Amino acid sequence: MIESIKYIIPELFIVLFTLSYLTLSVLSNGKTLVAYSNNISAIFLLLASAIVLTQDISPDPVMNGFYSSNAFTSFFKVLILTLSALILHLSDDYLKKNNLQIFEFPLLANFSIVGMMIIVSANDLLSLYIGIEMQSLSLYILASFSRDNAKSTEAGLKYFILGALSSGLLLYGISLVYGTTGSTQFHLIYDTIMYSDSLLGLQVGMVFIISSIAFKFSAFPFHMWTPDVYEGAPTPVTAFMAVVPKLAIGAMFAKVLFDVFGGIAHNWQLVLVFLSGGSMIVGALGAIAQTNIKRMLAFSSIGHVGFALMGLASVSPEGLSGFIIYLFLYSIMMIGVFAFILNMEKDGVLVTDIYLLAQFSEKRPGVSFALTLLLFSLAGIPPLAGFICKLYVFMATINSGLIYLALVGAIASVIGAFYYLRIVYIIYFMEKETKLDGRMPFTHLCILFLASAAIVIGTYNLLGVEPLTRAAAQSLIY
Amino acid sequence: MVQLYFFYFFSGITVLSAIFVIFANNPVHSVLWLITCFFGVAGFFILLGAEFLALILMIVYVGALAVLFLFVVMMLNISFANLRTGIVQYLPFGLFIGMLILAELLLALVPWEFKDAAFSNSGSPLNLSDSNSVALGKVIYTDYFFIFQAAGIILLIAMIGSIVLTLRKRPNVKRQNVIEQIYRSPNNSIEVIDIKPGEGI
Repeated sequence: MIESIKYIIPELFIVLFTLSYLTLSVLSNGKTLVAYSNNISAIFLLLASAIVLTQDISPDPVMNGFYSSNAFTSFFKVLILTLSALILHLSDDYLKKNNLQIFEFPLLANFSIVGMMIIVSANDLLSLYIGIEMQSLSLYILASFSRDNAKSTEAGLKYFILGALSSGLLLYGISLVYGTTGSTQFHLIYDTIMYSDSLLGLQVGMVFIISSIAFKFSAFPFHMWTPDVYEGAPTPVTAFMAVVPKLAIGAMFAKVLFDVFGGIAHNWQLVLVFLSGGSMIVGALGAIAQTNIKRMLAFSSIGHVGFALMGLASVSPEGLSGFIIYLFLYSIMMIGVFAFILNMEKDGVLVTDIYLLAQFSEKRPGVSFALTLLLFSLAGIPPLAGFICKLYVFMATINSGLIYLALVGAIASVIGAFYYLRIVYIIYFMEKETKLDGRMPFTHLCILFLASAAIVIGTYNLLGVEPLTRAAAQSLIY
Repeated sequence: MVQLYFFYFFSGITVLSAIFVIFANNPVHSVLWLITCFFGVAGFFILLGAEFLALILMIVYVGALAVLFLFVVMMLNISFANLRTGIVQYLPFGLFIGMLILAELLLALVPWEFKDAAFSNSGSPLNLSDSNSVALGKVIYTDYFFIFQAAGIILLIAMIGSIVLTLRKRPNVKRQNVIEQIYRSPNNSIEVIDIKPGEGI
C-alpha cells in the first residue's frame, strides 16, 4: 500500500497545499492571503503538473487496483493542471472587479481539479464515482458562487439537482454491472465480459453509465442544463467548466468505453453514434438564435462534444487518438476565447451581448484579429488547427464505415460556421459605434495571442501532440 | 421460527407507519411516523445479519435526517394546506409513477443472469466469523484507504460550500467580547453627573 503512494503524489500535493492554505486563511484572517490566493494556487498547480511529468508510470493498476498511472493519465493530468492554472490566473481580475474574491474560490477549484485527476486515473468504478462527486460538488458550489445574483443561484441549483439525478443513474448502472460481473475493477470487468455473449443486466447497466457520463459531458440528449448553467454562472466559472472538466470527463468516457466495455464495442457503438449526431445537430441549431456570448458558447460546446464523440463512435485506435487531439485543441481554443470574454467591458461592467462588439476591430485590431482566428478555428475553417482535428475524427469515422455520421457532422459544421462567422461580421463590418472600452491586462493578452498562435502553428504539426495522443490511445487499447 | 414472527412484526410496523406518513394530517406527525418506519427497516437489517447497516440507519437517518426534516417542518412557515390543493390534478400522474415503480420491483422476480467468472471475481477475502463492523474495520483503512480519504475530502467540500454560500458578514452585529468585559473598570464606564435640583439632565 505505502509503496504505491508514489503514484498519487501530485494529488496529495494539491490536497495538502489546499488544506494548509485553507487553515492559514481561516486562522490569519488577513487580506494578503485572499488577494493572492488565485495566483498562488495557479503556481502550485503548475508545480503539480511538473510533478506529474516526473512521475513513475506503471502498466498495472496501483493502489489495490483503484488507480492507474500511465501515458494516458499523465497526458490529461498535465493538460488539466496547466489549463486550470491559466484559468485561475485569468479569473483573478474578474473576481476583484466584481467584489467576489474570497480565498475559497481557488481552493474549491483545486478540490475540483483533484476530483478530475482521480477521474482520469480511476481504475475502479468506485474511485470513478468518488472522483465525479468531488469534481461536480465543487462545481455546483462554484456555479452559485455569486450568491446575490438570482441567475447564478438558479444555475447552481439546476446544476445540482440534475447532477444528483445523473449520479443516481451512474450508481444504478454500476450496481447492475457489478451484479453481472462480480467486480468493480476495470480490468476484471474487461476480462469477464470479453469473448462472450453479453447479458441483459450488463447492457442496461452500461447504458445507464454511458448516459450519466454523457450528462456530465453535456452531450445530447442530456445537454439541457448546459446553456442555463453557462449563462448563469460567473464568467470565470463558466470558463473553468467549459475547458477543464470537458477534458477530464472526455478522458474518462474514453476509458470507460475502451477499458471496461472494450470487449462489447458492438453494443455501445450505436449509442455513441446517437449521442454524437444529436449533439452536433443541437449544438449547431441551438446557437443560431443566441445573442449572449456565454449561452452561444454553451451550444458551441455541445456541438464540439458531438464532433469529439465521433472519434469514439468509430471504435478504432485512430478514432481514439482523434478524440484526444480534438479535446486538446478544443480546450486551447476555448481558453483563448474566454481570455477575451473575461475582459468584455463596457463602462467598467462586464457584458456578454455580442452586438456590443460592433466595430471592435477599429479600436483593437490586434485583439480582434486573434479572436477572429480562434473563431475561424472553432468553426473548422481550413487550414487552422480546428479544421485539422475535425479532419482526424471525420477520417476515422469514414474509415470505420459510418459515412452517414460523417455526413451529419459535415452538415452540422456548415450550419455551425454561421454563428461563429456572425461574430466576425459584427466585429469587422457592423455599422455601429463600439461600446466596449475595457483594457486587457498584459498576461490576458499573452494567453489570447498564444492560443491563437498555437492554432496557427498547430496546422503544421499539431503542436507535436500527435505522438503523445497515439501513446495515450495505445495505453487504453489492449 | 422466531425470526419469521419478528419479520411479520417489523413488516407490520414498517407498512403501517409508511401509510400513516402519507395520511397524517399534521406534518410533524408524518415525520414521527417516518422515524417509526426507519425503526422497522432497521429491524429487517438486524434479521438479515447486517447489524452495521442497522446502526447506520439509526444514526444517519433517524438521528440526523429525520431530525433535520423536523426542523425544516417546524422552522419554515410552509402552508401544508396549500401543498395539498392540487392532489386530484396530480393523482393520475402519481399513480402512473407508482405503477412504474411497482413494475420495476416485479422485474426483480425475473431470473438474474450473471457471468460465471462473477463468483471468482467477487471472492470472499473476509473471515466469515467476523461481525459486519469488524469486517468493515479491517478493510476500510487498508484496502479501501484511498476511497475512504477521498470521501472525507468530499465531506470537507460540502462543509466549505455551505459556509461559502450562506455565511454573511454583518458589520453591525454586536458580539460578546469576554476580555473587554473583564477589563472594564468603573472609571471608564460610570460617569457622575451633577444634576441640579428641579432640572433634568
